[in-house]
Amino acid sequence: MQSFLNIFDIYLLEAVINGILLGGVLALLALGLNLIFGVIDVTWICYAELVMIGMYGMYYLVQVFHLPYWAAAPLVILLVALLGAALHFLVIAPLLTAPPINQLLATGGVLFILQSFATVAFGIDFRNLGIRLPVLALGEMNFSYARLLSFGAALVGMVGVYLFLTRTFTGTAIRAIAQDRQIMPLMGVDPKRIYLVTSAIGGGLAGLAACLLVLQYDVHPFVGLSFGPITFLICVLGGLGNFIGGFIAAFVFAEIISLGGLFSDLEWGYVLAFAFFIIMMFIRPAGLLARRS
Amino acid sequence: MLELRSIDAGYGSFQVLFDVSLDVKAGEAVGVIGPNGAGKTTLMRVISGLIRPIRGAIAMQGTDVVATPAHRIVSLGIAHVPENRRLFPRLTVADNLKMGAYMPGARAHYAERLEFVFELFPRMKERRHQMAGTMSGGEQQMCAIGRALMSNPKLLLLDEPSAGLAPVVVQQVFELVRRIRSSGLTVLIVEQNVQQVLRVVDRAYLLEAGSIRAAGTAAELAASDTIKQAYLGV
Repeated sequence: MQSFLNIFDIYLLEAVINGILLGGVLALLALGLNLIFGVIDVTWICYAELVMIGMYGMYYLVQVFHLPYWAAAPLVILLVALLGAALHFLVIAPLLTAPPINQLLATGGVLFILQSFATVAFGIDFRNLGIRLPVLALGEMNFSYARLLSFGAALVGMVGVYLFLTRTFTGTAIRAIAQDRQIMPLMGVDPKRIYLVTSAIGGGLAGLAACLLVLQYDVHPFVGLSFGPITFLICVLGGLGNFIGGFIAAFVFAEIISLGGLFSDLEWGYVLAFAFFIIMMFIRPAGLLARRS
Repeated sequence: MLELRSIDAGYGSFQVLFDVSLDVKAGEAVGVIGPNGAGKTTLMRVISGLIRPIRGAIAMQGTDVVATPAHRIVSLGIAHVPENRRLFPRLTVADNLKMGAYMPGARAHYAERLEFVFELFPRMKERRHQMAGTMSGGEQQMCAIGRALMSNPKLLLLDEPSAGLAPVVVQQVFELVRRIRSSGLTVLIVEQNVQQVLRVVDRAYLLEAGSIRAAGTAAELAASDTIKQAYLGV
């Protein structure tokens, strides 16, 4: 009996730590979406599909063009950043003053375009990088290096965005434009340029997430469905546009998934997480850290 | 310094300003007085490019303002302190001031300008880490003026700086305008507080229903019967 409890505790600890590791990547995904929503006031329904394109980018650069992983990653981040800027320029900018439902439908349309494009261009086979990272054994617990690396890189990415937003003139303008769009010209700020930069950063975060997720998951045209919905739920739970709320909500969700998976199947972890979300929507419909307006 | 010639302006099909011409010479303080809804705020917005005139010309030291993109007008030396201050409420005082120095020409002198503004408003230095929206109205007005001064302007546009402030604070704001003037800055100020504003400006225009109805030195306007009856309550 005693030894059973010991083993159980070890598994529990392992699940908690794995939850934290998962939370880092979810927080990175949520930050990108929150940035776009908080600053430009539009929701990129197709956000996870940008990640999917980035994962294919990694697959082709590493498996087909035989670039090393560390060389492919910056290229993919740049590629998805450009994709984000293009999405803003071609789809969002013309609809900036349109009703929100039109913006949602337009980015929803982009979601299907990207999925169909991936199906036609890349086929429906599951692909991976063929990189097998070793497993770190810590006492009786096992942690995959892929997860540890992802967690670390996600944290670095988030700290980088934080420093950019707080230390630079452009970053300060990004935070300012979210609060008062009309008077930005009085500051000498061209709002169009700030929106384009913000979209590129949002895309860059999706690109970074793609580089990390492709270490753990196979790529296929519908892989966006695996983490798109949960990213939205995290953002809504944290309070749409609230960076800190999204960060906290990401870890709450990750722990529920990870611990739920410990007591049952991983799928049940997701069921618990979504059920938790629905209950929270009754209790705090504006999110954990809703902005008082 | 600033010349407006036959400006017509408005919002959509709703015209607010009719054939407005106005001059501000270097080193002057000029007031625009008039009742609520006369088009005073619209006049300020036309000058700083937030709305574009339907007809007419605006020149700042010979440069065509109407042809300049709105976000480049600050670089011509025009800083606009908008109505209701319009600070970024959830940014710190320091970040609000930083936004005032956003344009490339001002960024290079950011540290010096910040020093200058902190010297002018020691209160802002004390509160630099505080969210701008949590300060009192008077402090917010200081911050808004400080933000405009960060761009090292030649012409300062002040839109109703005394609006919504307690009488004691209104006195302080006008005292401040006097100090800014004496530092050599050219000021164009829009006010409903006619009695106070005529004490700080050299000249003033009376704007009613979108048209200039009277113009003259502050003393002339203060002595005119129409203004006495309608605005000074004597």
